[in-house]
Amino acid sequence: MNAIAKFLRSPIGQKWIMALTGLFLVSFLIVHLSGNILLLLPDNGRTFSAFVDWMESRWIIRILSILLFLGFTLHIVQGILLYRYNRKAKGARYAVTATDNSTWSARHMALLGIGILLFLILHLWDFFFPMKVLKAFPHQQLYDEVVQTFQNPLWVIAYVLGMVVLGLHLSHGFQSAFQTLGIRHPKYTPFIVAFGKWFSILVPLLFAIIPIALYFKFS
Amino acid sequence: MKIEWIEGRTLDGKVPPGPLHQKWQYFKDHQKLVAPNNKRKLEIIVVGTGLAGGSAAAALGELGYQVKCFTFHDSPRRAHSIAAQGGINAAKNYQNDGDTIYRLFYDTIKGGDYRSREANVYRLAEISLQIIDHCVAIGVPFAREYGGYLANRSFGGVQVQRTFYAKGQTGQQLLLGVYQSLNRQIARGTVTMYNRHELVDIVIIDGQARGIIVRNLLTGQLERHGAHAVVLATGGYGNIYYLSTNAMGSNVSAAWKAVRRGALMANPCFVQIHPTCIPESGEYQSKLTLMSESLRNDGRVWVPKKMDDVLAIRNKQKNPRDIPPEDRDYFLERMYPAFGNLVPRDVAARAIKKVCDEGRGVNATSRAVFLDFEDAIIRYGKSEASLRGITNPDPNTIRKLGKEVIKAKYGNLFQMYEKITGVNPYEQPMTIYPAVHYTMGGLWVDYELQTNIPGLFALGECNFSDHGANRLGASALMQGLADGFFIIPYTISHYLADKIRIPKTDTNHPAFDEAEQRARQRFEKLLSVQGDQPVEYFHRQLGKIMWNYAGISRTAESLLQAAENIRALREEFWKNVFIPGKIDELNPELDKANRVADFLELGELIAIDAYHRNESCGGHFREEYQTPDGEPLRNDDQYAYVAAWEWTDTSNPPILHKEPLVFENVKPSTRSYK
Amino acid sequence: MKLTLKIWRQKNAQDKGHFETYEVDAHEDMSFLEMLDVLNERLIRQKKDPIAFDHDCREGICGACSMVINGKPHGPLPGTTTCQLHMRHFKDGDTIWVEPFRAAAFPVIKDLMVDRSAFERIMQAGGYISVNTGSAPEANSIPVPKPIADKAFDAAACIGCGACVAACPNGAAMLFVAAKISHLGLLPHGQPERYIRARKMVERMYLEGFGNCTNIGACEAECPKEISLEHIARMNRWFAKASLIEEG
Repeated sequence: MNAIAKFLRSPIGQKWIMALTGLFLVSFLIVHLSGNILLLLPDNGRTFSAFVDWMESRWIIRILSILLFLGFTLHIVQGILLYRYNRKAKGARYAVTATDNSTWSARHMALLGIGILLFLILHLWDFFFPMKVLKAFPHQQLYDEVVQTFQNPLWVIAYVLGMVVLGLHLSHGFQSAFQTLGIRHPKYTPFIVAFGKWFSILVPLLFAIIPIALYFKFS
Repeated sequence: MKIEWIEGRTLDGKVPPGPLHQKWQYFKDHQKLVAPNNKRKLEIIVVGTGLAGGSAAAALGELGYQVKCFTFHDSPRRAHSIAAQGGINAAKNYQNDGDTIYRLFYDTIKGGDYRSREANVYRLAEISLQIIDHCVAIGVPFAREYGGYLANRSFGGVQVQRTFYAKGQTGQQLLLGVYQSLNRQIARGTVTMYNRHELVDIVIIDGQARGIIVRNLLTGQLERHGAHAVVLATGGYGNIYYLSTNAMGSNVSAAWKAVRRGALMANPCFVQIHPTCIPESGEYQSKLTLMSESLRNDGRVWVPKKMDDVLAIRNKQKNPRDIPPEDRDYFLERMYPAFGNLVPRDVAARAIKKVCDEGRGVNATSRAVFLDFEDAIIRYGKSEASLRGITNPDPNTIRKLGKEVIKAKYGNLFQMYEKITGVNPYEQPMTIYPAVHYTMGGLWVDYELQTNIPGLFALGECNFSDHGANRLGASALMQGLADGFFIIPYTISHYLADKIRIPKTDTNHPAFDEAEQRARQRFEKLLSVQGDQPVEYFHRQLGKIMWNYAGISRTAESLLQAAENIRALREEFWKNVFIPGKIDELNPELDKANRVADFLELGELIAIDAYHRNESCGGHFREEYQTPDGEPLRNDDQYAYVAAWEWTDTSNPPILHKEPLVFENVKPSTRSYK
Repeated sequence: MKLTLKIWRQKNAQDKGHFETYEVDAHEDMSFLEMLDVLNERLIRQKKDPIAFDHDCREGICGACSMVINGKPHGPLPGTTTCQLHMRHFKDGDTIWVEPFRAAAFPVIKDLMVDRSAFERIMQAGGYISVNTGSAPEANSIPVPKPIADKAFDAAACIGCGACVAACPNGAAMLFVAAKISHLGLLPHGQPERYIRARKMVERMYLEGFGNCTNIGACEAECPKEISLEHIARMNRWFAKASLIEEG
């Protein structure tokens, strides 16, 4: 076990932590999206509520949510550590910076990460915190709370922006995780890169459609 | 104005007895050895980290000697061996085309125009086999065939394919292999590496080389280093011509300090002009770039037959592509049908100069000829099309496929050419012109690579030993590695075997005081001139004198002129050079001035040597000595010797020592590539 | 062509440094370094301190030249070192910013000269194949599949200039280290030490204070020898295997 600990403390190991937690969070996005997409069904939230009900009654989901929390924390803390480490390693900055040798999002992963963190706080503040911590409403009411939240156009804009930031973060992060883990092969990497590109467009897009649709449906 | 020298003694090359093919074996069988426990007590200084120095330091470190290795670069990997493009020869006979050790030996002796020592050259050919084995083992990624076995190509002056290569970066790959081996020894602690340190003097105690004085180029501090033997592997002096294919930092200073301490400079006039370099573009030009000889495997050299076409091309009114084949003069193929475009370098260089002197040069300066790949592109395109099963390919497909083959073989060279000239060589023929590339002359060494100063050894281009009056392509890399990996480890132990009781050199010895004092005074003197002209000015002037009066072809008259002009320039240098900055700091101008000052002395010796050698051979072409059809005329009766010059004091004429060259195995004949 | 140069001048490692402006008249067939030579010759004639920069072979292979031109190591052309960059790629009237390679592990020595000795120490940590002179088997006794030999060559083409570090916003040296690990580890002769080499070189890389790779790709884009990020993936894989699975 010492070997694993030593590896994870090494900078490549730390990158592995970023990559593994990142891919785990990506898998969470898929689960989250498959639940959220039910909001779009024209059944006044019946299926969505049933899904929430099911989630709430499963221990495995409780455990997964703890893992999720840990995953987020690890990804964030490790990200901050790496950012500080790299700032120090770069030292002085250039007077002129080239921008055509890499993508904007690749160079600004930390900034995008902070953007996602802010969005996450907003998002938890809206639903998770009042429902799970303050017990301000039971989970059966979640659908109504969601619908109500997205009657405010500012909230819709905030969520759409959040998804743009997420998309940019994913556009680099997805394929980057595979590169970090050393999963690269001339025959398969083009697929991973293409998949990552589509994933980083489609998933945030579908997420973003939900508040927009709810806004227009009920206003 | 006249050139004078004093006749000296006859030198003994210490060639072992026995038949040619057993001499090296004889030496190894009878040499003295140093036991492992004693090797640890012996210190060796190696100056230079190119193929010769790097491999020597690594191999000596492996044996357990305490090695101190010096380079003026920031890393051993930057030595100019890195720039060698084409390849390395070895008589492996992997192509089954009749190659043997003897044939490699013979080609090298003949290519060198019978001015090298038979025994050395034979040993080089023998060792060539081990070099390839070892380089593959240390991780050199040589080109391979699809079956996984090593590939070969051909080079000038030979009729077999024996050149191993790694694209057009063979020197780089070999040097990295050597550098890696060197790093292994640095990690093991057997080699201590001193980067950004330049040799400024050699310390001789009781007639033996026992140390060096170096300048730390970052701080300007002079440092003393002692050892039981000193190995110089500091390259050639081609940079004396200012424009050459050498790196900007390449210099003669280490070797020249040895000369000033009594070592002999052998055959300095044997300078190789490489036929295929990118022509000069203006006064600001700082160096010339070589286009590998391997290009002559596939490129055809030509100029237009008609002057109208020449002028039209110069004025850019005509595209060389539009000159029909019958109006082109493929002059190398015409003059030398047997070897065609693959004649040795000196022959090709003179032929190019000749057609340009006739006024048929094809660029604005009239000093350029075409190197054309169109025929090769078509030829390869057709064969590639047939390989891919394309029947009746159209011309565009053929050209496309052909270009791909050419790109795989010479891609990086073509890219380099386009970067420098802005012309795409896949579409337009290259323009090329000869430039100084390599110096066959160098410190005189015996069979053991030891100079006439005991304990002072010289390896690689720094010595004179293996290439005679002209070096064949892909032989420099071979020699550097042979000297460093496979010769010096044996011969130095022969020297050191009776030095095991000598304690470590005391760097407080008066000889160190004296040498350091001398070095300091020299730098102080350089800085004290405070004249008006930068060092660059003098270097450029010297280069012009050398090229115009002691270049591709020379006459007694031009050489007298060269000597006179150099002396005048040297005087002006010491009166009017301006060097900014101080002595005890990073000062690249001061370093350069120190090197140029040495070139200003060597230049005169080159002129003297070229003047004294009343014959034409290899890279030394005296216009007075040529056959009616313009081929060089050697004089074996009078000049079959190595001219080793002693010149410790430039105010007196140099002393000419001679090592007679005895040919027991090959009969010197007129080199013919027709 | 008339150009305005903004060149970083710094007396020594301790000096803060600043940009100085120079007007130069350049010819389009000059190389970038020849343009600086001409400027330096002018400065010397004016009895001023010439600009210090590393350079040697001037044919793009020794890896000595190191400067950042308009924010790009070795300037605007892909696959080109500063010494091979010619002025025809600039326009009359251009302003050109010239800075040293920047990374904490590459301290400035003077002006545009930086100390890249950290690379030496990384190489000494394991960038070699442990074979003594004289013990090699016959060269053709181990065939190397051409694709492997070609891939090893592509990695071995690294000139050790440090442009990857200079380009990397994180000051990481991953491309340099990965190229060497890949080159030696791919060849059969270097395979016995493949994993230990990867581990030792990577560990040394961190000790030297280089940053960590975030797969930005600027190194690959600016590398004068166009070395692929593929090698970094391979290094990540081998380093993990060296740390987690390999014995010793």
